[in-house]
Amino acid sequence: MEKSSIIEINNLIKRFPVGGGFFTALDDINLTFSKGEFTGIVGPSGSGKTTLLNILGSLDVPTEGEATVLDKKISTLSHKQAAQLRNGHIGFIFQTYNLLPVYTVYENVEFPLLLLKMPAREREKAVHEAIEWVGLTDKIKSKPAQLSGGESQRVAIARAMVKKPELVLADEPTANLDSENSHHILRTMENLNNELNTTFIFATHDEKVMSYLKRIIRLEDGRVVKDDWMELKEVAS
Amino acid sequence: MSIKLALRNLLGAGLRTWLNVIVLSFSYVIIIWYQGLIDGWNVQARRDMIAWEIAQGQYWHAAYDPYDPFTLEDSHAKIPDKLATGMVAPILITQGTIYPEGRIQGVVLKGIAKNQQLLRLPTDRLIRENGEIPVLVGKRMATNNKLNEGDYLTLRWRDSNGTFDATEVRIAGIFSTDVPSVDQGHLWLSLEDLQQMTQSEGEATLIVSGSETLNDMTISGWDFKSKDFLLADLDQIIKQKSVGGSIMYILLLLLAMLAIFDTQILSIFRRQKEIGTFIALGMTRKQVVKLFTIEGGMNSVLAALVGAVYGVPLLIMQHKAGYAMPYEPDDFGIAISEVIYPSYSLGLILGTIIIVMLTATVVSYIPARKIAKMNPTDAIKGKIQ
Repeated sequence: MEKSSIIEINNLIKRFPVGGGFFTALDDINLTFSKGEFTGIVGPSGSGKTTLLNILGSLDVPTEGEATVLDKKISTLSHKQAAQLRNGHIGFIFQTYNLLPVYTVYENVEFPLLLLKMPAREREKAVHEAIEWVGLTDKIKSKPAQLSGGESQRVAIARAMVKKPELVLADEPTANLDSENSHHILRTMENLNNELNTTFIFATHDEKVMSYLKRIIRLEDGRVVKDDWMELKEVAS
Repeated sequence: MSIKLALRNLLGAGLRTWLNVIVLSFSYVIIIWYQGLIDGWNVQARRDMIAWEIAQGQYWHAAYDPYDPFTLEDSHAKIPDKLATGMVAPILITQGTIYPEGRIQGVVLKGIAKNQQLLRLPTDRLIRENGEIPVLVGKRMATNNKLNEGDYLTLRWRDSNGTFDATEVRIAGIFSTDVPSVDQGHLWLSLEDLQQMTQSEGEATLIVSGSETLNDMTISGWDFKSKDFLLADLDQIIKQKSVGGSIMYILLLLLAMLAIFDTQILSIFRRQKEIGTFIALGMTRKQVVKLFTIEGGMNSVLAALVGAVYGVPLLIMQHKAGYAMPYEPDDFGIAISEVIYPSYSLGLILGTIIIVMLTATVVSYIPARKIAKMNPTDAIKGKIQ
């Protein structure tokens, strides 16, 4: 693995049992992600984007091959070790926000820090800082049901970023948002990427997202068909 | 952390939580009230039987069997010297017949010293006036036979030789007691009168002991019966009542547990997305199972608090005002007062709380185990598994 790379995927295959046979969701994937990347995995529905993200997030394991995330081999992790990896180093952003409905904005953002057993004072400071990043200080006591889609996704970003993880995995983060909110969300994440040097990996087929990405990996039928570095392209052009 | 999160989840669930908590709190209060009533009855019955009949124990004539009236003829003897004085109350027992309003009624005649102070019987009223033989009866006996204070009754009995004799006796007093075994079918006379009537001077059938120092002596022809022995029948009946109470206890507990079980199943079914999110945010499956188990168990903690809010004043009020028995206490055949004052011991309260909490936690754990088998990637999307 290169010095700055935080993810390395080698000959990764993922199959799911379907009926009497198997469906290959990912087929011979070989990729490397470096620290601070702002990368999108794009492709049509069923191309394997979410499956790849789930494996990188240690929520699933490869059938064959290996994915090494932050020096941890995903296929060898126990449930506990996988949870520790997610808890300590990975933030998740979901298409449907997945906010905890009975918690306030503050409590939702605080949740990952409770799992990390962070002292109360530090925790409070970190939560306020994260909510400030996403510009929701005035909604701190609101419940998810009282928020708009854009606001909910910003809370999800704050929750993913509050522990300052090395890696954020965002699965279709703008799919349920209008154009204005999508751009707002993407600019927020772009700023966090620049300020904190956090690696962002998106699964998306939203054109708006693609205009922000520095690298686009195109998946089709579980295979990588294109891997473009946008900055290099722009420089070249 | 799990406790904090569980409490947050529970309170956040609003009405669903409070419905469970209220149902469970009813269980706490009713279980404690019912068991308290049984315990209160037990305490009252034991206290009354000791005060009216048993004292610290009894010496029975070796031939005496209270369940066999045929033994009465031969079950009396001279009061032993060791028990002739001090804190004792000798009682002579024989059978007789009275004729209230021309009807024939079999009675147990009991002779007891006029000046005894061991038992609460008002024996000072047994002092003879104008040569009449005074007798005492209980309220139940008086009511059943339409007897009033000052009434005269014809009494027939057999002396120690088996010869029938009869005389007129006067109702000198009617006493009120919760102990039917000194009331129903009993006619109390002074010991001297009965000894004289049966030609059994200086004899007794049983001797009530008023001091523990007199207990357990070996006296030829007499057997000591301890308080525990004499209260065994009562204990047996209380035990049966407790078993009946336990059925109610179990039913109430089942009702409350069903509510918790149902909520847990529904929670796990409806909150799959939440469960997936917990796992994605870094909780292990075990931690999620623990969280849901604590959530379910915590219903019982909240229920204890809510139950305390309305239950403590209710139970205290009931303890002071008592519970009027809605049926005729005579039907029981054992000491039971018209009003029972429930007695709530610390053991009863803590025991009930611990049992309900443990059961609620176990009931919460059983459905929560399903979480461990969930696929987190499906759970995050809220896919039904």
